[in-house]
Parts: sequence; C-alpha cells; structure tokens
Amino acid sequence: MSAPTPSSARSVIGPLVLIAAVVAGGAAAFAFTAGWFSPQRLTPVKLVDALAPPTGPALGHRRNHAKGICFTGAFEANGAGSALSTAQVFASGRSPVVGRFNLGTPDPKVVDATVRVRGISLRIMPPGGQEWRTAMIDLPFFPVATPQAFYELLTASASKAPDAMKSFAAAHPEIGAFGAWAGTAPFTASYAEERYNSLNSFLFTDASGTDHAVRWSLLPAAQPTFLSVADLTARGPDVLEQDIIDRVGKGPQTWTMTVTAANSGDPTADPSKAWPDDRKTVQVGTLTVNKIEPEADGPCRDINFDPTVVPSGIKLSDDPFPSARSAAYAVSFDRRTAEAKDYPRVATEAKP
Amino acid sequence: MTVDRTHFTPLQRGLHWLMALCILAMLFIGVGMVSTITQSYVTLVSIHKPLGIAILVLALIRLVVRLRYGAPALPADLPIPMKLAAKLSHYAFYALMLAMPLLGWGMLSAAAYPIVMFGGVTLPPILPQSDSLHTLLWNAHFYLAFAFFALILLHVAAALFHALIRRDGVFEAMAPVPSHDQDLAPAE
Repeated sequence: MSAPTPSSARSVIGPLVLIAAVVAGGAAAFAFTAGWFSPQRLTPVKLVDALAPPTGPALGHRRNHAKGICFTGAFEANGAGSALSTAQVFASGRSPVVGRFNLGTPDPKVVDATVRVRGISLRIMPPGGQEWRTAMIDLPFFPVATPQAFYELLTASASKAPDAMKSFAAAHPEIGAFGAWAGTAPFTASYAEERYNSLNSFLFTDASGTDHAVRWSLLPAAQPTFLSVADLTARGPDVLEQDIIDRVGKGPQTWTMTVTAANSGDPTADPSKAWPDDRKTVQVGTLTVNKIEPEADGPCRDINFDPTVVPSGIKLSDDPFPSARSAAYAVSFDRRTAEAKDYPRVATEAKP
Repeated sequence: MTVDRTHFTPLQRGLHWLMALCILAMLFIGVGMVSTITQSYVTLVSIHKPLGIAILVLALIRLVVRLRYGAPALPADLPIPMKLAAKLSHYAFYALMLAMPLLGWGMLSAAAYPIVMFGGVTLPPILPQSDSLHTLLWNAHFYLAFAFFALILLHVAAALFHALIRRDGVFEAMAPVPSHDQDLAPAE
C-alpha cells in the first residue's frame, strides 16, 4: 500500500466514520437487548436478589423454599388424564419420581412452625424421557396476580418505610385474601397431610389437538390433624422433617393427583384467583412417596424444579408466572451450584 | 490452506451468511433471554437450544467444506500483522462456533435439564450431572458469548475496512452476492 496522500486521507474519513458507526450501533443494539439501558426492567437477577433476607442469602442453598428434604417414589397414572392431554405421563402406568418437601422461606435453618407456606416439588420421569417437573404449594391461591407484583411485595416486605406494605396492599388488593388465609387457616401436623396446588394454569392438549386450560392438585390420603403454632413449635424446629421421616419409615404416603379444567372465561393468567369449586375435575393418578432422604446428599438437591419443564401434551398458558419462575429458578440454580462448597454434598446431621 | 480462486465457493458463501444470521440471532436471544422474566423468556430459551444445535451442525459442515475447498489467498500486499489477525480470527471463529453449542449442551447436561429441540425431541446428556462442571461451563458459555460478539464486531469492521478503504477484494471474496467485477479480485 502506498503512503496516503492528503486527498486519499480525506477520502477514508467518510468510510472510517461509517465503520465506527456500524460497530458502535451493533454494540449499542446488543447492550439494549441485554437490558443495560433499561434499569427499570425486572430481571431474574433482581427478582432473586429481592428474595434474600437482610442478612444475605444462604450460600449454596435455593434462594427460596430453601429448607427441604428429598424423597423418591412413583406416580401411577390411571389413564383418565389422557382424555385431557397426550402427555405420556398420563397414560396408564408407573413413572419414577424424585421430589422434595419444602418450606416457603429463604432460610434453610428456619423453625418449621414459623413458615406459613409449604410445598412439594416433583420430577416425574415416565419411560421415554419426556419428563415433567412441577413445584406446588399448599396455598389455595397465589398471594399476588403478577410476577411484577410479587417483586413489589418482596421489596415492600423488606422496606423500612412505615407505609411500604400499606401502599403495596392498596395497589394490589388481592393480597388481602392471602392475609385472611394466612391468619385463619390451621396448620397441619405433617407434609403428608397437605393438599398441594399448582396454582398456575397450563394448557393440556388432547389427541384431537384441542387445548384445555387446567390447574392440578395433590390431595393427601392422610387425614389432616390440626395443631396450634405453639404445639407445632413445641415439637421442635424440624418437626415436619422428623414427622415425614417417621411416617414414610412406617409406610408409603400417597396423594391423589387431580386435574381441574377451566370453564371458558375462568382467569388463567391470574393465579391469585381460584376457580369455582364446581369445575370439572379428573383424578389422573396417585403419587406415592416411598423413601425420604436428607437433602445434602439426596437426589433432589441439585434438581431445578423448573415448572416450564413439561412434556409434549402440556404447554404454558397465558399465566405469566411459570416463565418468571423458570427465569428466577435458573438464576438460583446457577448461584447455588457455583457455591457448592458452602453446602457440601454430605449430610452433616445424623441420617434418619 | 489457500487456493487459486479469488472468491469463496457459493456453498461457502451460503454457509457464511446463513451462519452469520443464526449466530447474531443466537447472541441477541442469549443476552435478551437472561434479562427478562416475561413470557418471552421461555420462548427465547426454547429457540436458543435448538438453534444452538443447528449452529453446531452447520459449523461441522462448514469445517469440512473449508478443509475441502480452502480459502482464497489474502492480498499479497496486506501487512503481515493484518494477515496474522485475519488468520487468527478465523481460527477463533471456528473454535467458538463449535465450542459455544457444545458448552451449552454440556452445561444443560451437567444441570440435569432436558435438552429439548423443536417438536419435543430430546437430546441425550453429554456429561454427568455435576455442580462444578455446570459452573465451569456456565461461566465459559457466558463470557465467551461476549467475546464472540466482540469478535464479530471486529470482523465486521475489518470486512468494511477491506470493502471501503483498501478495496482489495477481500470483502468481495465472501460477499453475499457473486461479484462480477473482476477488477476487485486480489492482485496476485
């Protein structure tokens, strides 16, 4: 290349500016897509950060529902679910399950009696590999209508401002129903006595290709016995874990899985609104919990019970929560696996 | 490996521009999906996984095609550092095109996630479940994605530099439409 003359130097200024503009534009578009220019965007990282207690998250643990215990068992489908969904898991037959009983708290060392929300997570693995993951809780409806509202609830709960919760409740009146439930619903004595609900709506696709908006529940075979918080507390900080170890040690615990189909017009995008009791409900099978294992070296510890892991025959509906949960669970999973040294894969307490 | 040809073959050009589209889409989907909790999160993730595997397949085909047909020689008067940069960046592109999908696949495997393609087809895991592997691969996948995008910006800048300033035929060798202007062929 010959040395540039003044005229050729001038002629490259235009192209150089163009090249710089293309590169800068590309970088800006990338940054924009990544949300770097949108500090208001609710990202999964923000949502997960908001779950942490003031003292910071418990490293190596799930960022919510941090206290839990693993189990293995099976889901025995009776075939009735096949009328609603072509998913193989509903065809008559048995699928192995890895699951986790848990408490809705970011504190893995919490006193069981102090936690209002109890949950169950399932990884159902039918032969053929189309697995189904679902995480359900014992609430009859979700406290808030949208993921954004859930984030605002977390922020308001953590806020030192005296009116934070009051203004949250004014903006999100649906929280009132949760408050009423939390204040009056009795505590049962056992994970085995709880009814667990998907709360989120999904679409089941039947053999004709028709979609059905559904929610599902697990109904316990064990009769509930109700306890006061004081009685439950008196039984020890890990009363629920000890109870489920004892019960399953004596014999398998079972739940009936029911699928409820919405009528047209029922709210599917808002899990804070329960559907009326008269909706068509199908018993699709039985969950049996055969064995309890401590979480530390149990099979559930490193499973992300992402509710968007669904087989063919199940789809997401317009409910915004499964997507938000999936995004947040992934962040929680990425963090706790990176912190594995803080939660070694061996049980530190005596095994059951 | 260089050949006498002044242009890449039509097959090579087709693969280049198809993959350019796929990879750019992939990188934007990647940074977009991890920054949102809206329903587009699940939609984008469900595109990201099969598109990544498609890129892996295309990259393998492209590698074979490149080994078979080679590349036109760079202009003889191109300064040595630029020649070196061109060669190294091409190695980096091939490494990233093959590594990124494999890192993603491995990362999902190590996390025991199902690796779902379009139509409900599931790929087998390529690694056992492992915290430490997941973290290692996740970090590699994440940081290399930004490196990949930076490399693409550099590549675009270099391509435009050849096209608009040096006008040495390097851009035309891979241009999306066949060039009929033989004057632009590299001087050998």
